[in-house]
Amino acid sequence: MIVELGHFTLVLAFVLTLVQSTVPLWGALSRDDRLMAVAPPVSVMTFLLVLVAFLVLTVAYISSDFSVLNVIENSHSAKPLIYKISGVWGNHEGSMLLWVLILVFFAALVGLFGGNLPTDLRAVTLAVQGWVSAGFILFLLATSNPFTRVTNPPLEGADLNPILQDIGLAIHPPLLYIGYVGFSITFSFAIAALILGRLDAAWARWVRPWTLLAWCFLTLGIAMGSYWAYYELGWGGWWFWDPVENASFMPWLAGTALLHSAIVMEKREALKVWTVLLAIFTFSLSLLGTFLVRSGVLTSVHAFATDPARGVFILGLLCFFIGGSLSLFAWRASMLKQGGLFAPISREGGLVLNNLFLTAACAAVFVGTLYPLVLDAVAGEKISVGAPFFNLTFGPLMVPLLIAVPFGPVLSWKRGDLLAATQRLYAALALALAMVLFTFWLWGMEKILAPLGVGLAVWVMAGAVAEIVTRVKFLSVGPKRGFDRLVGLPRSAWGTAVAHFGLGVTVLGIVTASAFQEERIETMRPGDTVNLSGYEVTFDGAAPRRGPNYTEEVGHFTIRTGGVVISELDPSKRVYTARQMPTTEAGIYTTGFSQLYLSMGESRGDGAVDVRIYFKPLITLIWIGCVVMAFGGALSMADRRLRIGAPKPAARRKAAVAAAAE
Amino acid sequence: MTRKQRRLTLIGSAGAVLAVALALILFALNDQIVFFQSPTDITEKAVPTGQRIRLGGLVEEGSVVRSDNAEVSFRVTDMANVVSVTYKGILPDLFREGQGVVTEGIIRPDGVFVADSVLAKHDENYIPKEVAEALKDQGHWQGEESAAN
Repeated sequence: MIVELGHFTLVLAFVLTLVQSTVPLWGALSRDDRLMAVAPPVSVMTFLLVLVAFLVLTVAYISSDFSVLNVIENSHSAKPLIYKISGVWGNHEGSMLLWVLILVFFAALVGLFGGNLPTDLRAVTLAVQGWVSAGFILFLLATSNPFTRVTNPPLEGADLNPILQDIGLAIHPPLLYIGYVGFSITFSFAIAALILGRLDAAWARWVRPWTLLAWCFLTLGIAMGSYWAYYELGWGGWWFWDPVENASFMPWLAGTALLHSAIVMEKREALKVWTVLLAIFTFSLSLLGTFLVRSGVLTSVHAFATDPARGVFILGLLCFFIGGSLSLFAWRASMLKQGGLFAPISREGGLVLNNLFLTAACAAVFVGTLYPLVLDAVAGEKISVGAPFFNLTFGPLMVPLLIAVPFGPVLSWKRGDLLAATQRLYAALALALAMVLFTFWLWGMEKILAPLGVGLAVWVMAGAVAEIVTRVKFLSVGPKRGFDRLVGLPRSAWGTAVAHFGLGVTVLGIVTASAFQEERIETMRPGDTVNLSGYEVTFDGAAPRRGPNYTEEVGHFTIRTGGVVISELDPSKRVYTARQMPTTEAGIYTTGFSQLYLSMGESRGDGAVDVRIYFKPLITLIWIGCVVMAFGGALSMADRRLRIGAPKPAARRKAAVAAAAE
Repeated sequence: MTRKQRRLTLIGSAGAVLAVALALILFALNDQIVFFQSPTDITEKAVPTGQRIRLGGLVEEGSVVRSDNAEVSFRVTDMANVVSVTYKGILPDLFREGQGVVTEGIIRPDGVFVADSVLAKHDENYIPKEVAEALKDQGHWQGEESAAN
């Protein structure tokens, strides 16, 4: 009965989203306040209904209700509780339900906290969000119903794919989806602006916190996914340029560009048309990502099941929303007045440069991701585009961008002085050059690019610090007043510096972990020792062990430096009983920011195992940098001017007072 | 600077960046992509040695030989032709005799395929799409559609 309740509330939510998509829009066009006022409560109600549906599915999972097809296919009564819960979104139907839940959640947030938005903007934004919600709830109901029952319930389920039985699954998809789907609200704002034909600096101020929110979560989600793949798949890689990874990376690149162009729009009323276009692009790329991952055109851990009907349905939604929004853009964009002139060398100019390189890099990733699919469909030729392609295209495009990052915040608006900006960055430049020389001295000339990469990363980090120092004028006002100024700095300034610093940290991790990694592959017998990067790794033997829903062969390794035991690692080979599927659990020893990574191959029978050992210097910086970036974004979001909301122009405030008095 | 000059600078720099991006993409597409080949393709078309390719098919039953130093050799078949493969490293969890596999690497002059990566996928009933189609080409595909999930 309870399962039918979930199905029923989902149908009800669909009907409500139809109301949400039409009535407020009609109200905004006919200037009827009562019709517009329908939007907020309906959006909250839709969210509650979808939440009930989601909870119902969760209950079905927790109680192992094997009369539900979705639970049979993806759960098992012996599975630990945490994986029963995270298993709800570890499959196609459940993950789409989570997708929709977050979609309507954002609409509800605008409904609840959008009180300081102009009434018509809020109504139309919620209406657009309603179209997207209606489309995806219909998709769920028509092709991917998670509440389908079976007539003869089996006693036991088929269990969740073992790779997904990890704490990573509990965290990665929700974070990623909040990011991915969060851009829908920016999209809705952009479409609403096009429909209303009104786009001012206040619009950018409303849109920026939503973009920041989505961006922070997407950053964390991608980082989490990368770390998860790193320790769970046992290959020791943290990024594979897999189409599925690219699917989440493209919205991130476009969203990062959007974040920066929205600043120009807010402060200087320039780049309006471009910002709206970026908002459309960013969510379109999210939709494209959903299509790539969910339609089954790609085979990967994310493609849970292939069903042509689903692919066609999402493709239809994709065409409707992307095509529709771009047509609307072509029709209405000329109405948006341009303002705010600026010289090429200025903060605006810097932000334009940022946008240029980010979109160009995004385009490169786009081509690399879709070219094999298109070529297969058109010419029937099978190719693979892997890391070499992306390193050659994405890499060179990032270098000038990273060089430019520290300049942006120290240039002044409208007309900047490159020489004066450089003077402020002398210390950062000196530090970066010193690091380049130091790395050369440490590693010699065998790796030419790596020291330059290290220098680039230090340049970005030191530049972020230099920005704060020059803003506070520590050197000229003395430490006491300098400290006061430090505290009084707006949080958005801190946010920029922290996020840029985090970017530098991530780049440093990427450069050192890729260039200075050491790797050994050996067949080891009990008692064998392998030396790597100053660590002595001894294999002591392997023994079987039983887990709740798997059996495993655990290897025992002792790590020593100079004969002293510093750690013991137990990597293992698991076989999950229900699916008879093997997985590899890596053993990881973290020292400072570096990691020793050990993964075991299949046992050879005579006690010998194949072992792969990596030493990855500073690799954790890759993910720490992402967390720092997200923290910077959160700081920026907490800035006072975004919290308080945009001041209303006097004329409209009077009109609002008059309207309230009626 | 006049308004027009400013606009031209902007458009000029945008054009330059996009041109560089386009050049990089075209160059990389020309150079860095890897074609998928079945054992029959390799036997019939002389694939130049030293060129990176992807080889896919089924791991022939009884062909897997492990030697020390974590080296392993096996044969990949599409039921019509066979190619020998050597690989140093840890085989993926789902690598099995008789199952689908995709390997990437180069052909040595003696005809042996030296793989530097071996891919098996994340699911137990997965057959790589390319492999499934290569097998269909050879008329040896018996699995139901659902096996390609």
